[in-house]
Amino acid sequence: MAAAIEVQGLVKRYAEVVAVAGVDFDVPAGTVFAFLGPNGAGKTTTVEILEGLRRRTEGSVAVLGLDPWTEGEKLHRRIGVIPQEFGFFDKITPKEAVEYYRTLFGSAVDPAELLARVELLDKADARFDTLSGGQKQKLGLALSLTNDPEVCFLDEPTTGLDPHARRAIWSVIRSLRGDGRTVFLTTHYLDEAQQLADRVAIIHGGRIIASGTPGEIIRANGRPARLRVAAPPELAGFLRKELGIEARFEDGHVEVDLGDKRDALRVLSAIERSGITWDSFTTQDDTLEDVFVRMVGRMDDGALKSEVPP
Amino acid sequence: MKPARIGADLRVVVRSYTRNPVALFFSLIFPIILIGLFGLIFSTIGSTSTTLIVLNEDHDSPYSQEFLSALDNTTLVSVQPVNVTPSDFGTWLGQNGYSAGMIIPDGFEANATNNSTTNLTLFVNPEDATAEGEVVSAVQGVAASFNLEAKCGHATDCAPVIALAPLHNVGRPIYTYIDYLIPGLIGFSILTSPMFSLVEISSSYRKQGIFRQLSLTPLTRGEWLTARVVWYILLTFVAALIVIGTGVYAFGAHVTLTLGMVPFLVVGPFFFVSLGMLCGTVSKTPEAAALIGNIVTFPMMFLSGTFFQVSSFPPDLAAVAHAMPLYYVIDGMNQVMLFQNPGRALSDLLIVLAASIVVFALAVRLFQWREER
Repeated sequence: MAAAIEVQGLVKRYAEVVAVAGVDFDVPAGTVFAFLGPNGAGKTTTVEILEGLRRRTEGSVAVLGLDPWTEGEKLHRRIGVIPQEFGFFDKITPKEAVEYYRTLFGSAVDPAELLARVELLDKADARFDTLSGGQKQKLGLALSLTNDPEVCFLDEPTTGLDPHARRAIWSVIRSLRGDGRTVFLTTHYLDEAQQLADRVAIIHGGRIIASGTPGEIIRANGRPARLRVAAPPELAGFLRKELGIEARFEDGHVEVDLGDKRDALRVLSAIERSGITWDSFTTQDDTLEDVFVRMVGRMDDGALKSEVPP
Repeated sequence: MKPARIGADLRVVVRSYTRNPVALFFSLIFPIILIGLFGLIFSTIGSTSTTLIVLNEDHDSPYSQEFLSALDNTTLVSVQPVNVTPSDFGTWLGQNGYSAGMIIPDGFEANATNNSTTNLTLFVNPEDATAEGEVVSAVQGVAASFNLEAKCGHATDCAPVIALAPLHNVGRPIYTYIDYLIPGLIGFSILTSPMFSLVEISSSYRKQGIFRQLSLTPLTRGEWLTARVVWYILLTFVAALIVIGTGVYAFGAHVTLTLGMVPFLVVGPFFFVSLGMLCGTVSKTPEAAALIGNIVTFPMMFLSGTFFQVSSFPPDLAAVAHAMPLYYVIDGMNQVMLFQNPGRALSDLLIVLAASIVVFALAVRLFQWREER
C-alpha cells in the first residue's frame, strides 16, 4: 500500500534545544498511526512539521507526496488538523463555524450531518465559549473534516477529556479509518494507542525508540509472562531452592518469570508441595503501557512524565 | 483575494462584534457620551475668556498698544494680534474658527491727539451670545475710560476719541466648540474602535491558536485583514451618523454633510486597522500588545484635535500633533465639514493614504499565521 506520510532523517533544532533528533517512519494510506511519547518528547514538533506549521531543520518529509512547508496551500486542502486544545472565536456557534469553513474551502458538506457525525448536533446553536472541553474538541474534529481530508492529524485529541467524551472521539476516529482515510494520532494515553492504532511509534528525547504494531512492540521490548501468587515471602525462598529459578517477593505477591506456559504447571505443583498457605494466582503479560513506562519513565496521574526535563 | 472568503470572514467578524456588548458600547455609545459630556462642559465654561483677534492698522502705535493691553487686562477677552488683508478679515475669522475680531484703523493715535473720534470695527459671532456680550462690554468699558482720560476729558461737549462702529458678523458659517467636536469625535472613533480591538485580537488569537487554525484553511492574511478593514469602515459610518445626529439635534451643531467626508471615513479605518494589527504583531504577549497599543493610542487620542483644536495648542505641542496621522484625518474632516477647503482636505487625505499603504503592507508582511522558525 502506498505511504500517505513519509519521513526520513527528520531533525528540528531550536536555538539551544534539539527537539527532534533524526526520525524515520512511513504511514501507509488508510491506516491509523499513533505517535506516542511523554511530554516534551518531540511529538507536537513532529506533527506540526507534517502539517506545514513549522519548518524542519533537516531531513525529508512528504505528506500525500507534498512538501508541507513549501506546498502548504495545496496540502491544506487535502488534510484535516485538530490541534492540541482547539481554540475558536468565542461568540460563534458550531453551525456557523462549519458554514464558515465550508465557504473557505468551497466544500458542499451539510453542517447538520457533519455535526451529527461528531455527536455535537444538540449544541449546533450554542456559542463556542459556552461549550465544554469535549464539545470544543468535537467541533475541532468536525471542522477538520469539512474539506473531506485524505489524511487527518489529531494532536492529543482526548487530553483532559472525561471518559465519555474520549470514547465519542475514539468512535469518530474508527469511522475515519473505516472511510479509508489515514489517521496520524499523537497521544500519551497508551490505551488509546492500543485501542485505535494499526501501528505505533514511541518517541523519546527526539528519537524513535520503538515502532511496529502494539503486539510487535510488546514482544520485542516487554518482559516475559509472569505468574503472581498471593503468598508470604517464604514461598519465594522455597521456589528458589526447590526449582532453582528466580522468584521475587513484592507487594504481598511472589512473582516468577515464565519462559514457557508449561513452566506455570511446574511452579504451581511446587507451591502445592511447599505446604505454605497461598491465596490466589494470576498470570500476567506486559501491556503496551508496561513497556512504555519501563522504556520511557514513570506514570503520574495518567499522564507520562519524561525522565529528562522538557 | 476571493470575495466569497472575505464575505465569510466578515460574517464571523460581524457576529463576534454584535454579540459582544462591550465592543458595541465602546464603538457606538461611548462617542455619544463623550459628545454629551464635552458639549455640556464647553457650552457653559468654554467662553469665560473669548479670544479677540485684533488687526492693528495703526502700525502698533503706543496709544493702540496701551488700549489693547487695557483690554487684555479686563480678562474678559484675550487679545491676539494678527496680520491679514482687512477686506477679508470677517471671512478669515470665520474660516479659522474665531468668534470675535476687531480692526483698529490707521490714525487711531493721531485722532486721539487731535481729540477727534476713531470708529473701531468689531466682528462677532451672533450664534455665541456670551462671547458677543463679553467682547462688546470689554471694548465699551475700556473705550469709556480712555475717553475720560482724553485731553478734553472734563469738557462736557467734547466728542469721544474712541467709538464703536456698527457690529459686523464673523463671515461664512459660524463655528462653535460643538462644531469642532464632531469631526474630532468621529476621528476618536476611527482611532479607538479598530486600535483597541485589533491589538487585542492579534495577540489573543495567536495565543488561542486561532491564527494557526486559520492558516490551515485557504483564507489568506490579506483576506483576513481586508474583512476587518471593511467591518471597521461600516462601523465608522454608523458612528459618524450617530455623532453627527447627536451633535446637530442635541447641541445645534452646524456641519456640512458632504461626500468629501467619505474618503476619510474609508482611509481612516484602513490606517488604524493596519496599525492595530502591526502593534499586536510585533508584541510577543497580550500584555505587551496592550501596552504598545496604549502608548500609540493615548497621545493620539488627545493631541490630534479630537477634543481640543490643534490651532489653540502652543507651537511645540502643535508640532507633535502634526506628526500624528489622526491629526490629518480630523483636520481633513474639518476642512470638508466646516471650512469648505477641499484643497487642504486633499493634501490631508494623501498623507493618510500614503501612511496607510505603508502600514498595511508592513502589517501583512510581519503578521504571520504560523511560526516562521
